[in-house]
Amino acid sequence: MASYTLEGSTGTWEIVCGLEVHAQVISKSKLFSGASAEYGAEPNSQVSFVDAAFPGMLPVINRECVAQAVRTGLGLGAAINLWSRFDRKNYFYADLPQGYQISQFAHPIVGKGVVEVTLSDGSTKEIGVTRLHLEQDAGKSLHDQDPTKSFIDLNRSGVALMEIVSEPDIRSPEEAGAYLTKLRQILRYLGTCDGNMDEGSMRADVNVSVRKAGEEFRTRCEVKNVNSIRFVMQAVEAEAKRQIEVWESGGEVRQETRLFDPSRMETRSMRSKEDAHDYRYFPDPDLLPLVLEPDWVSRLKASLPELPDAKTTRFVSEYGLSAYDARILVMEQATADFYETVARGRDAKMAANWMMGDFFAALNRTGRSIEDSPVSAANLSGLLDLIADKTINGRIAKEVFEAMVETGEAPAAIVEAKGLRQVTDTGAIDDAVEAVLAANADKVAQYKGGQEKLFGFFVGQVMKAMAGKGNPALVNEALKAKIG
Amino acid sequence: MSLDPAAVRRIASLARLRVTDAQVAQIQGELNGILGWIDQLNEVDVTGVEPLTGGALMAMRMREDVVTDGAQAEAVLSNAPDRDGPFYTVPKVVE
Amino acid sequence: MFDFTLSEARDALRARKISARELTAAYNRAIASLNSQINAYITETPELALAQADAADAALAKGEHGPLTGIPLAIKDLFCTKGVRTTAGSKILSPFIPPYESTVTANLLRDGAVFLGKANLDEFAMGSSNMTSAYGAVTNPWTRRGDNRPLVPGGSSGGSAAAVAARMALGATATDTGGSIRQPAAFCGITGIKPTYGRCSRWGVVAFASSLDQAGPIARNVEDCAILLGSMSGFDPKDSTSADMPVPDFASACKRSVKGLRIGVPREYRMEGMAPEVETLWQQGLAWLREQGATIVDVSLPHTKYGLATYYIVAPAEASSNLARYDGVRFGARTEGGHDLTELYENTRADGFGAEVQRRIMIGTYVLSAGYYDAYYLKAQKVRALILRDFTEVFRDVDALVTPATPTAAFGQGEKMDDPVTMYLNDIFTVPVNMAGLPGLALPTGLDASGLPMGLQVIGKPFDEETVFAVSAALERAAGFTTLPTLRAGA
Ligand SMILES: [Mg+2]
Ligand SMILES: [Zn+2]
Repeated sequence: MASYTLEGSTGTWEIVCGLEVHAQVISKSKLFSGASAEYGAEPNSQVSFVDAAFPGMLPVINRECVAQAVRTGLGLGAAINLWSRFDRKNYFYADLPQGYQISQFAHPIVGKGVVEVTLSDGSTKEIGVTRLHLEQDAGKSLHDQDPTKSFIDLNRSGVALMEIVSEPDIRSPEEAGAYLTKLRQILRYLGTCDGNMDEGSMRADVNVSVRKAGEEFRTRCEVKNVNSIRFVMQAVEAEAKRQIEVWESGGEVRQETRLFDPSRMETRSMRSKEDAHDYRYFPDPDLLPLVLEPDWVSRLKASLPELPDAKTTRFVSEYGLSAYDARILVMEQATADFYETVARGRDAKMAANWMMGDFFAALNRTGRSIEDSPVSAANLSGLLDLIADKTINGRIAKEVFEAMVETGEAPAAIVEAKGLRQVTDTGAIDDAVEAVLAANADKVAQYKGGQEKLFGFFVGQVMKAMAGKGNPALVNEALKAKIG
Repeated sequence: MSLDPAAVRRIASLARLRVTDAQVAQIQGELNGILGWIDQLNEVDVTGVEPLTGGALMAMRMREDVVTDGAQAEAVLSNAPDRDGPFYTVPKVVE
Repeated sequence: MFDFTLSEARDALRARKISARELTAAYNRAIASLNSQINAYITETPELALAQADAADAALAKGEHGPLTGIPLAIKDLFCTKGVRTTAGSKILSPFIPPYESTVTANLLRDGAVFLGKANLDEFAMGSSNMTSAYGAVTNPWTRRGDNRPLVPGGSSGGSAAAVAARMALGATATDTGGSIRQPAAFCGITGIKPTYGRCSRWGVVAFASSLDQAGPIARNVEDCAILLGSMSGFDPKDSTSADMPVPDFASACKRSVKGLRIGVPREYRMEGMAPEVETLWQQGLAWLREQGATIVDVSLPHTKYGLATYYIVAPAEASSNLARYDGVRFGARTEGGHDLTELYENTRADGFGAEVQRRIMIGTYVLSAGYYDAYYLKAQKVRALILRDFTEVFRDVDALVTPATPTAAFGQGEKMDDPVTMYLNDIFTVPVNMAGLPGLALPTGLDASGLPMGLQVIGKPFDEETVFAVSAALERAAGFTTLPTLRAGA
């Protein structure tokens, strides 16, 4: 792919970007306490004394959160560290009750991995994953409820996060978007994070610097907590442009934490994070080293689902799809499963065409997701079967499908109720053919005079006369027999 | 290693402890006394020694993923020096 | 009534010779009359205690009793007690009412104990004199012969030790991070054990230094300590550092013979300038054990002298982080009037914490800060590993170690206050035991020239408190220490 660059007044600049993604682990309870991790509860109603850091309260780790981190590491093709450790990251903030975040600094649970992304021109690129570690989420500060006070809700305090740190391998907003999209897809496949960026289940800290070709890295800035893929792409570009301007006006980019303002398409310095941080990391003395049994990791590995890349490859070889079609059908696990239910034992390409055509269009139009699709996989399969066994023809199938979208009913029932069964009775077809030929004697003469393309006109008239239900092959046959 | 007044202020600020100008000199003296005494550890040869992190020499037990706690907003808020309905409060924070 | 040991009171209660109400009422009266002089309790709960005593009597009447039914105890004010103010000796927790009960105190309540109140302590357990409590100093019930000047009870569990010594409780809970059970027990002429790290749950105990903190009992004698420890200990899934091990019958271990045991005498505990009477006391103790059939072995713990300096890196580092939660937002005292969040924190913490606590927070913050971590904290962890290695090697050859408990007897209130390091030297014999997570018991075996109690320390292998109790009981039998302090109930 042609490399992405930005033109400044002093020359051409390259973006260097790495992402730190915070992904909320799917679990029932929190990382170190038994309070619920569910989203959206009443303020402070899912808070244990551990989460609120009451005196004498102690953390006890949740096995499922550890398993989720291991699954994710395995899904990213990363090394699992059988020995890891939790450290305290010390800083004061209103929504950080302990005065420290329990995180993994020196010894993360997952080491190096890789994410392969496909770009719009069809090329692929590998983005390195430096590490993945487990840590606690903070609570939530509400700044707009009172003129003089900020309100603190600790429901999220202690919820398990995976921080997934990429290498500074990203070189364009598109690559940043593609990396996040792919990472999100893998997490959703694994069932380790729901990837719901609206609810904050996935947030990215975007590290950006710029340089001229062949240069060493320059100072980077961290744009914190960007909460949509589109915003990440915009933030990369906005921050890169800002830095180019700073450099080109003779200034120096200062290492700092910034916020992205999507309404202005710009980043600004974060006041509350201004002072130089000294987190005083040290091993959390309330916890012991996290030692994983190799057997346990093997069992988790054996139970992993098929991941998007493997599924894409299989769809190409097993169902004869193009790589492009396969990637689309594999985007979401639910879509891929839906597709396989329909495709298995049927015309796989026809199944793909139906899904990517009428089916996706119908979902779009009705604003439904595949999970609550009005047309079930069984019903779409049924429709394909009715086409295959010639109960209905392709044109009628479209009509039946629209009725399925509207009513959610099974195709066979719709065909029966509406009398849409295809006519294969040759007597009836012959009658219709004769009637059409008799009514269009002039056209028959023209046809016989050499205007062969009129054959299509006759087919159309016969089908019309039969309300679309004629078997197209039989209609063709009967017409050929009559007018040669 | 010995602390100057600026270092004392930096540490106090990191620890979120207000110190007055008058206190800085005294604290500086005390801390330097302790740190000077601690410097005796420089005598110890620790080459090749693995650091001992915790008091317990075991691996960590893991608990099952079950909701066993929470749903006690009143208890959690009952000791708050200042609260507003179901929230803790702090002076307004500007990000 | 006040001459009862815990085990004797327990037997008298079971035999219905006395009622729990009578016993508790007597202790309530003792507290009412003595606490103004001794200040062993920060919070007294006489009514609660009587209610618990009545419940104990009801249980005893039905012939149902736990190991401690009706036994009145003092609870160090570091253990969170549900519905009863818990201050940790600090102003910053002065309004704090825990909505939960610590595991250790819950275990004691399960076994039928009666809680008389919350015992004074050095603020956040940081101190060796009880002079750092925001609720005032505790006065040692003992005085020097012919000298009425008040002495410190030791610390940090000074209130617990003074309460037991002055017979304002039959026993007490305490905690020990660097000697906070053993040093005050020695200063007050009574007995206290810090069990193996992981033996007692830390859940619900206000944390000082998590990798060192251990709860344990202070009581009138070795057997009483064994009975209390049996109730206090046990695996707790709420504490990740709690040991999943069965609790042995500690009380019966007190009856074991020491015949054939190998007792180590670490030569590095013979400090330069140590008072000759400490040496005499030590030699006497070893002679008693030899007489009872133990073999005395000279051993070496070469890193002993670095224990204290290591401790004064590790403990403040952990404390600086553990005490970050005291910020005036969710519980405790808050200083209003700041303009922003940072001022709220700085004012609340500067007003709420005393000088020693602030000093340790700053030391801890410094040794963890960027550029100094390796030189201080990491180095200390490595020396800590060497201290543990010393003990591990010695315990290949011996069953227990016997050392002095403290370098001196109790000192006067206000003494050793000018220089923090002088105060820190109090814990020189006890700190290495915490660094290595081992069990250690201090008991009185004699008096110094001025008539103050002096104690020995018995150190055991990890989770071998039974041998510690056996050796301690043997020393106790031989010493026959019966002297009582000047200030005491029933005197
Ligand atoms: Mg970050
Ligand atoms: Zn993070």
